[in-house]
Amino acid sequence: MRPSPKQWLWMYQTMVKSRIFEERIAAAYFEGKSPVFNMANGPIPGEMHLSNGQEPCAVGVCAHLDAGDFVTATHRPHHIAIAKGVDLDAMAAEIFGKATGLSGGRGGHMHIFDAAVNFCCSGIIAQGMGPAVGAATAFKLRNERRVAVSFIGEGAANQGAFHESLNLAAIWQAPVVIVIEDNAWGISVAKAQSTAVPQNDARAAAYGMPGHRVAGNDPEAIFAVAGAAIARARAGEGPSLIEIETHRLAGHFIGDAEGYRPKGEKEALTDPIPQLRAKLLGLGILDPTADRALTDEAEALVDRAISKARAAAYPVPEQAYEKVFA
Amino acid sequence: MTATATILPNRTRRNLTIAKAMAEAIAQEMRRDDSVLVLGEDIAALGGVFGNTRGLLDEFGPARVRDTPISETGFIGAAVGMAAVGLRPVVELMFVDFFGVCMDAIYNLAAKNCYFSGGQSPVPLVLMTSVGGGYGDAGQHSQCLYGTFAHLPGMKVVVPSNAHDAKGLMIRAIRDDNPVIFMFHKALQGMGWLGTVQGSITDVPEDAYEIPFGQAAICRAGNDICIVSLGAGVHLALDAAQSLGEEGIAAEVVDLRTLVPLDRATIIASTAKTGRLLVVDEDYQSFGVSGEIIASVVESGVALKAPPRRIAFPDIPIPFSPALEHPALPSAAKIVATARQIVRAGR
Repeated sequence: MRPSPKQWLWMYQTMVKSRIFEERIAAAYFEGKSPVFNMANGPIPGEMHLSNGQEPCAVGVCAHLDAGDFVTATHRPHHIAIAKGVDLDAMAAEIFGKATGLSGGRGGHMHIFDAAVNFCCSGIIAQGMGPAVGAATAFKLRNERRVAVSFIGEGAANQGAFHESLNLAAIWQAPVVIVIEDNAWGISVAKAQSTAVPQNDARAAAYGMPGHRVAGNDPEAIFAVAGAAIARARAGEGPSLIEIETHRLAGHFIGDAEGYRPKGEKEALTDPIPQLRAKLLGLGILDPTADRALTDEAEALVDRAISKARAAAYPVPEQAYEKVFA
Repeated sequence: MTATATILPNRTRRNLTIAKAMAEAIAQEMRRDDSVLVLGEDIAALGGVFGNTRGLLDEFGPARVRDTPISETGFIGAAVGMAAVGLRPVVELMFVDFFGVCMDAIYNLAAKNCYFSGGQSPVPLVLMTSVGGGYGDAGQHSQCLYGTFAHLPGMKVVVPSNAHDAKGLMIRAIRDDNPVIFMFHKALQGMGWLGTVQGSITDVPEDAYEIPFGQAAICRAGNDICIVSLGAGVHLALDAAQSLGEEGIAAEVVDLRTLVPLDRATIIASTAKTGRLLVVDEDYQSFGVSGEIIASVVESGVALKAPPRRIAFPDIPIPFSPALEHPALPSAAKIVATARQIVRAGR
């Protein structure tokens, strides 16, 4: 399974859009945080986990999903949210804590919810997996051809919820695909130091489901493997586990000095966006003019979302008391 | 500040953050007692996300300073087993908000094994965790949950407000034969990236010393109203007491230091003296710390000049937007306004 030219262009532009979005978010995040970096200050307070480098995972998987498919993501959610079609204006506003945000400013960057496209995420490691299995089971019970995908990090594979959810997905034959974004680091702890097996796809065998490893942070390979697993789930043939080798080009969060990373390790990583651009130019799917147009369009969408978010009003304090219950 | 009896008269003052005071306390106990070891996420090479294990890996090595996988059910359960056979694990779980996944090991094992065994199997375990919000980290990284742990029998609960107390309470916690939940507030920790309430950085004696559990500190004396708080709330109360003093209201500020055991005697004595009580708590309002303190005072039968009041976090998840979070948090301004009302009502 290879992407069509249309799919290639969508994947490339979505990666570019996600990257530009995060560059704008990072710039805004630093406002008000100098000369002293205090997380509480500036237009975007709190932790900020950027996904730059991990965009291939989002587009390679989400290229096979539509709005009805259910996705759970992690504390590092922007690339997946954008690839899943989350409303960019409302997401930006949420990250800026504005009343026009997806959740009226209640959730923020780690708690992006857009029910219109069945996207959610949370800051608790591995806890997206159970809900994905549940949503998938509901689709199966109702004979719908929808699937669920849970994105997690490689650190989450050592959580009880990971193992319990895989077992449950298998015994219920749920149409779910678990996607591990393996960026090799759980904050400061290297995968090799925390994980008993070198590759988590090996763990799928313990639950009687197919496991796949995708090397090289390669959008094409991710597209192929995810496409097969999602098609399998949609056809009622059960769950799969995919581990994708990807790269955390930034720290765990903005402000992380990353003193724990061995010298040269990060420098040796390649940025997947220029890599894909070169590939598509080589394939003749993209030319410099089209590249400029796609990039300009992505930039315009992001800039519109960011400026609308900046201009929007903050919620009033009384709104904190709303939506606790339905 | 009380409980400074161990400070030698002629020593040079030395100001430390709570993070450094905690790390120093743990290091001193590790030197004194081979059975003490540290485990948790990012506590070795990184020295803890909040800095309270910095330097321990270099001095004690990876066998006694163990980075764990993100497997809280496993490693907190393992710590209970280590404690059962004679070790004294000091365990960190980065944010109190993350305890959901491993509560069984905590409240059904660590907290109850001593009782179930008729005292044969105590669990000498320290569980350190960060608490508190105010910096825009939303509802899964900003809670206090003091009352949750204090509510469940079998665990001692420590909440330091300054570095001096943090060191003495940590040493006491490690030497205690029971599970101790050591809850440090992020706004007090001394990590630059979180900002630090300056009052939390205090002189800390070099020697190892203990601060006994169940002894609240009276950190400002006054005759008009008793303000009880803990952790970061103590500093809000002290700021408020300063303002109230300028308008002629003498507030007494009580820093609980430990919730379990709770120093009810000091709270009741201070309320009896002033006839007025205000409790300040960043944890959720209902069914928690503030209610327990007010109930204890009311049950004691002390004469009150005005109904007791409380300022706590409302019963809502902690919102992300500063426009929603900040107005919901306790503040010095809220304390001043409420204290003023209480004093006027009781005149």
